[in-house]
Amino acid sequence: MNAFRAILVRDLRLALRQGGDAAAVVLFFVLAASLFPFGVGPEPNLLARVAAGVIWVTALLAVMLGLDRLFLADHEDGSLEGMVASPAPMLVIVLAKCLAQWLLSGLPLVLATPILAIFLQLPAEGLPALLGALLLGTPTLVLVGAIGAALVLGARRGGVLLALLVLPLTVPVLIFGVAAADAAIAGLPARPHLLVLGAMLLAALAAAPFAAAAALRQAVE
Amino acid sequence: MVMHRFANPARFLRFAAVALPWFSAAAVLCMAAGLAFGLFVSPADYQQGETVRIMYVHVPSAWMAMFAYTVVAGGSISALVWKHPLGEIVARAAAPIGTGFTLVCLVTGALWGKPMWGAWWVWDARLTSVLVLFFLYLGYMALLGAFDDPVRGGRAASILAIVGLVNVPIIKWSVDWWNTLHQPASVARMDGPAIHSSMLVPLLLMAAGFACYFAAVLLLRVRAEVAARRIRTLRLAAMEAES
Amino acid sequence: MIDRLAAFLAMGGHGGFVWGAYATAAIVLLAILAASLLRVQREERALQRLAEAGGRRGGRARGPAGPAA
Repeated sequence: MNAFRAILVRDLRLALRQGGDAAAVVLFFVLAASLFPFGVGPEPNLLARVAAGVIWVTALLAVMLGLDRLFLADHEDGSLEGMVASPAPMLVIVLAKCLAQWLLSGLPLVLATPILAIFLQLPAEGLPALLGALLLGTPTLVLVGAIGAALVLGARRGGVLLALLVLPLTVPVLIFGVAAADAAIAGLPARPHLLVLGAMLLAALAAAPFAAAAALRQAVE
Repeated sequence: MVMHRFANPARFLRFAAVALPWFSAAAVLCMAAGLAFGLFVSPADYQQGETVRIMYVHVPSAWMAMFAYTVVAGGSISALVWKHPLGEIVARAAAPIGTGFTLVCLVTGALWGKPMWGAWWVWDARLTSVLVLFFLYLGYMALLGAFDDPVRGGRAASILAIVGLVNVPIIKWSVDWWNTLHQPASVARMDGPAIHSSMLVPLLLMAAGFACYFAAVLLLRVRAEVAARRIRTLRLAAMEAES
Repeated sequence: MIDRLAAFLAMGGHGGFVWGAYATAAIVLLAILAASLLRVQREERALQRLAEAGGRRGGRARGPAGPAA
């Protein structure tokens, strides 16, 4: 538990000292989503229909954007070897790093979503469901992404490779995330979709740290 | 150390030398018979007309695409868990063949979909999950080649293959649900036992032919991979001897 | 005879789709087969050369500066 808190605090403090990482991710999120009205046209009904999907896809890409740095700095300065060698279990370390990553690049997206909902004419009934779906879905994205981030450590063109590996695995989250908002807009219960997203988060919490830890161990060998 | 590493592959190579001609001959015979039945003997479907003949390459390639992925994932598991020296070699050798089958499945599916559904592509549950499978294959192979140290690439790709295996049923199940939310299933459903024997015979013959082709090419690629590894070890030994 | 052949090739007006599907399968499968055969030939020949070179040097294997596998 101490190791968990130590790593969490260290990562957050490092990110805050460097500053701007979370802000850059949110800025990308808002900017990329604001491009869609130019792409599909500013017609309000059309925007309202695609808003939930646009917000989800750009959130997904924004999370990806920050992921390649998840273990990279620690790998380069050698502190990852220290972590693998330390008595604290690898799972705890991975979980702490994922939580820090989510606080820095997942939570800000959720907080910025209402602004985009206004920009993209998302019907008001859909907003709570969309926020709930993002709250449950983005941690899953970070956890799945952590596997990819650990796998591409030391690889050539790691950033592009990471997207190639992780994006196909995020399809289920995207499907249920958008379905929750669409159901709420159509006046149907969003609960079943949110429950599935919750189940996927629990499954990712249980399985992803193992895979990421295995990948990290072979990366420092 | 070297002996231990190649003890198993050596036995495997002996098996391959015996099995390769048999698999090759069986592949050629089954595919030739399957083509003869599929193109000449079997009738046109009363609903789908002549396009039903696309099924005889489309469905077997879909089966083999999934089977090859289980071979990749199985090999990866045996490499990571039991440190079986052949596991990774087999996984590495099966991946490009599986990618080829997946590509055939996607392209023939589009060629079947255009006359039947009026569209090259629809976001149907099956199509989507096969597309994801294709990306998983590409990711696996990209990761294999992304490291200067081939051992490291092999291990990273093995982990990815296993993660992908967990994800395949999830994708299948989630897109099934996703699709039914938007539109009723539009895929031409083929209930196994209901298919007429005049179509089942060429289908199974082609499937057997594809399976034998897979086995034969897999053996070839394993042979190449084992040779490549031997070359690597010999070069390493030479470098050590010189230094 | 020619008519029957033409009808067979036309595949009820969907000839392009049916033959396109079979051609795709044939091209992809043959390409993979050819690539695999070439690779086996290249690797095994390189291995043989390496082993011969090693034998001549009294057990010391030394590789030519060919492309690494």
